[in-house]
Amino acid sequence: MDLQILTYLMAGTTFALYIGIALWSKASSTNEFYIAGGGVHPIANGMATAADWMSAASFISMAGIISFMGKDGSVYLMGWTGGYVLLALLLAPYLRKFGKFTVPDFIGDRYYSKIARFVAVLCLIFVSFTYIAGQMRGVGIVFSRFLEVDINTGVIIGMAIVFIYAVLGGMKGITYTQVAQYCVLIFAYMVPAIFISILITGNPIPQLGFGSKVLSEDIYLLEKLNNVLTDLGFDNYTDSTKSKIDVFCITGALMAGTAGLPHVIVRFFTVPKVRDARASAGWALLFIAILYTTAPAVSSFSRLNFINTINNSSYEKTPEWFKNWENIGLISWADKNEDGIIQYGPGNSLEPVKPIFSKQRGINGERIVSNTLTENENEIYIDRDIMVLANPEIANLPNWVIALVASGALAAALSTAAGLLLVISSSISHDLMKKIFRPSITDRQELFLARLAAAVAIGIAGIFGIYPPAFVAQVVAFAFGLAASSIFPALIMGIFSKRVNSIGAITGMISGLLFTSAYIVFFKFISPELNLPDNWLWGISPEGIGVIGMMINFISAIVISSLTEPPPDKIIRLIDDIRTPE
Amino acid sequence: MKINNSQKYWRANLGIVFLLLLFWFLSSFGAGILFSDYLDKIKIGGFNLGFWFAQQGSIIVFVFLIIIYCILMNKLDEKFNKEKS
Repeated sequence: MDLQILTYLMAGTTFALYIGIALWSKASSTNEFYIAGGGVHPIANGMATAADWMSAASFISMAGIISFMGKDGSVYLMGWTGGYVLLALLLAPYLRKFGKFTVPDFIGDRYYSKIARFVAVLCLIFVSFTYIAGQMRGVGIVFSRFLEVDINTGVIIGMAIVFIYAVLGGMKGITYTQVAQYCVLIFAYMVPAIFISILITGNPIPQLGFGSKVLSEDIYLLEKLNNVLTDLGFDNYTDSTKSKIDVFCITGALMAGTAGLPHVIVRFFTVPKVRDARASAGWALLFIAILYTTAPAVSSFSRLNFINTINNSSYEKTPEWFKNWENIGLISWADKNEDGIIQYGPGNSLEPVKPIFSKQRGINGERIVSNTLTENENEIYIDRDIMVLANPEIANLPNWVIALVASGALAAALSTAAGLLLVISSSISHDLMKKIFRPSITDRQELFLARLAAAVAIGIAGIFGIYPPAFVAQVVAFAFGLAASSIFPALIMGIFSKRVNSIGAITGMISGLLFTSAYIVFFKFISPELNLPDNWLWGISPEGIGVIGMMINFISAIVISSLTEPPPDKIIRLIDDIRTPE
Repeated sequence: MKINNSQKYWRANLGIVFLLLLFWFLSSFGAGILFSDYLDKIKIGGFNLGFWFAQQGSIIVFVFLIIIYCILMNKLDEKFNKEKS
């Protein structure tokens, strides 16, 4: 069957499924809207958490990024899973015992301060919107490439679906759609990975194929990849090129950031008991690990496949997928030596890096770019985001696999977007309105406000999708850096210290936040030309600086608290209570 | 000073958390980053060991750590509840 019809069919079926679940699980109270009534089974919550957490970035971008970074890409694998150990051991059980609705709820109550709650809400909203912008870009790419609709139409369809199940169903609707979305996305990720693993190594388990020999050759896959890459002038795939301190800090910032992300934490409020919160963190990481251990295998397969298919082949004879991605502007080829043959190698082929296409076509039919061509021999620009999506096509897999991958990517993006929209709306209706500005509103009014806030947030997210801010890629460092330097330490100290008081926590959050944002803003926005290892503080890149921000937060909170009054007895009893089992 | 049951529970809890975090640190920051280059000299199948820890091993260790945590904490909770009643 035609690829486009198949894709419509699969995406349409999954969308119908999500909407069906939403209608079945409509929320009727704030309790259901915020935490799904607190009765979610730990395995279901594990799946929902996995879908909530694995975003367009995990599904679409991560394997592609690792594919081009080799061992340096490990920071994402370790960082985005190691955070779950922190979450399971240091946060989830205690926050479940505390048993309220939102993350700012805990910070506001534990630090007995509306200012602390307000600061937490600000961090939460900033982090969550940053993240949503990324999801919308993912939805846009999938729609424009596979459904061949205009990106704007694609974003509007995506928004409409999320609107139905997030606004109607609240956390209850989101939870059960996320369970379905996890099943769709993991199936969609594994099927092509298994196919490709068999094609390249003969081993059906990608995790093992990764360490196996290439089919009918007496050489290990990774060894072969190293040889192919070094022949072209690249570094070894399995060697690290970044400095140890930077890799260390980036991993740390991603871990602490993951553990401090409000839309993930709040999922642990939805299970009945403390022991369920622990168990569901385990399930969540297990479900995530299935994808995360497959991703690096996919990265190595696709890099090898890409080079084998493209390098030294004539443009005229390149497969269809190459031209399709070129047409939407994510691949470009500039025939520097005018031989009609594609040469791939290290270095950027264009200056500036991203292609600026003119309307003309070259003699081979390629799109002409108006960038300056660089001196090196590399003729290819490839957007790293397309590796996972293009992978089944590069490996010549059947059309239904390609359609499946498109549906999986949509599931990953929509599930995360919905989780983020929910924490944004609950922080506005619950933390800002009910707890700070309008304590007199009834439960029904609060529920209405929550729905209204969700609807407005979807609108804003949609605008991000249609007019994607040019800085999306740059602000991702922000989301993790801020979560690591503001929310994470405040939660940890709230549980593990009885001495940290309200003024200490507020100072800590604000100083961690200011330091981290100032560093990132300086290197990413004010003087991007200075963003080089020599200029960084102790060689730490803006992606890793959240770790230093986190230290600043911890130290200033502890020092200030020790110089001021200890928290009141009421708070000491609260801490004792969250530390004791049920 | 007499240590009551809750304090005993809390200390045992901290002990478990500390021990597991030690393994968390060793498998990721240790084997995956700090000592990764040394471990890379050891080869298992097609993998350099340091590379394997950085891209697969640490994740597998993480999953096991949480499972062990759940088992140990459930036992500790039971013990605590028995002593209390």
